[in-house]
Amino acid sequence: MEVFLQQLINGITLGSIYGLIAIGYTMVFGIIGMVNFSHGDVFMTSAFIALIFLLVLTTVFGMTSMILALIIVMVIAMVLTSLLSWAIERIAYRPLRGSFRLAPLISAIGMSIVLSNFVQVAQGPRNKPIPPMFSGGVTVMDSNNFAVTLSYKQIMIWVVTAVLLAAFWYIVQKTSLGRAQRACEQDRKMAALLGVNVDRTISLTFVMGAALAAVAGTLYLSYYGVVNFSDGFVPGVKAFTAAVLGGIGSLPGAVIGGLLIGLIETFWSGYFSIDYKDVAAFSILAIVLIFMPQGLLGRPEVEKV
Amino acid sequence: MSGQNGAPLLSVQGAKTYYGKIIALKGVDVDVHKGEIVTLIGANGAGKSTLMMTICGNPRAREGKVLFEGRDITNLPTHEIARLRIAQSPEGRRIFPRMTVLENLQMGAALDNLAHFDQDVERMFTLFPRLKERVAQRGGTLSGGEQQMLAIARALMARPKLLMLDEPSLGLAPLIVKQIFDVIGELNRTEGLTVFLVEQNAYHALKLAHRGYVLVNGLVTMTGTGRELLQKPEIRAAYLEGGAH
Repeated sequence: MEVFLQQLINGITLGSIYGLIAIGYTMVFGIIGMVNFSHGDVFMTSAFIALIFLLVLTTVFGMTSMILALIIVMVIAMVLTSLLSWAIERIAYRPLRGSFRLAPLISAIGMSIVLSNFVQVAQGPRNKPIPPMFSGGVTVMDSNNFAVTLSYKQIMIWVVTAVLLAAFWYIVQKTSLGRAQRACEQDRKMAALLGVNVDRTISLTFVMGAALAAVAGTLYLSYYGVVNFSDGFVPGVKAFTAAVLGGIGSLPGAVIGGLLIGLIETFWSGYFSIDYKDVAAFSILAIVLIFMPQGLLGRPEVEKV
Repeated sequence: MSGQNGAPLLSVQGAKTYYGKIIALKGVDVDVHKGEIVTLIGANGAGKSTLMMTICGNPRAREGKVLFEGRDITNLPTHEIARLRIAQSPEGRRIFPRMTVLENLQMGAALDNLAHFDQDVERMFTLFPRLKERVAQRGGTLSGGEQQMLAIARALMARPKLLMLDEPSLGLAPLIVKQIFDVIGELNRTEGLTVFLVEQNAYHALKLAHRGYVLVNGLVTMTGTGRELLQKPEIRAAYLEGGAH
């Protein structure tokens, strides 16, 4: 019971991070039908941006409040990562719109390699640590010499994720920008006939996905304390798996998928073998693609008339 | 009523439109004056919808010009043409299937950022009471007639200077067709709404319109007032015999 509870807490935390990244995959897929394979590396780059600014704030400016530093760093990472993603869309994807279907996909894989190699060259191939952040936590249950703890970092990740998802949900459902995004997703040609600037809406979709990935990157960095140039790939593919599991194109699906992948991974590590946790997560991708290609909340591709 | 004096509101001059190498419009001239209802009739594949989409810049005319209020809009992007208040209810209606009726109307009013949304939406519900009953329903679940009403209402929400309707009667019951045409005629009479109407249903369209054009294989072959065209034997033979009388 204690182990179960602890793994549940850990799984939700990891799943929150996957969910935040998965939204970027699912939104871009929804609006232009493309799997943005560079999104994982955008996430990794955002963690490095956070790392650099965290070190600058704590060492150069001598900031002592970790919470304040983290908030500032998160905002900076969101802004810079959004700019990065906007530029990638502009340079590598938009010129290929209207080209054959695989062209932007290949371009995205290229961007992914560019980003991870650039970070490797610029920041070095080793793990980059951050100074110790706030530690400690709440003991949820203590019996049989096993204390189930919910750390302050985990609480922070849950709260930040929940707040951002609520804000994001509001934007997509209630604002004119969100309506324009959904309109472009359902019928780009008609959206243009109603005066929606489709290119701009697509750009903003990349920007929003990148901002959420930057939050995920900052949380990831503060949770694990280290980041490496290769950290874009595996979390990126897992978040993509989450998006597929939830039903690609569906926003709630991305969040639910993220949580499920996080839970599957931690429970597998806890009860079976930590070495095979990635195998467990990716087996899910294969199984979902074979037996339930539309995912949990996705809609089958028959509606178009 | 049909103010023929002065420059036309919309003027298509020698428009040639291609799909790849295939020519769809072979040099079309059409004028629509302010306050007029102009109809374009023609058979399947004559290029009616292509002309309508060419006016909206998707696809663009490769040769010739499209002028709106005297301004050359041939090469403007589609969304900027829409912002000049040219609203279209396109072929196939293109309702957003996973948005509610209200959200579809909000999309129509996107230009003014919903500034007079409440007032306009009430007006749409007066014109098309059926939409009010369906207001929270998703667009994709509406019947064909309801979708057509929604497509027209959505276009009207933009407070258009020019309303373009592509086959509003397609696949609808005669009673609903009459309802829709009545609404269009009434808006033209009471508010001076300018309408460019593409139809296969030639009889109703020509009766409603002040002027008409006949499009055959990408070329305008005949033009005249609605009444004149209705009386021409060629038109009766090609578009009316066996149809509604």
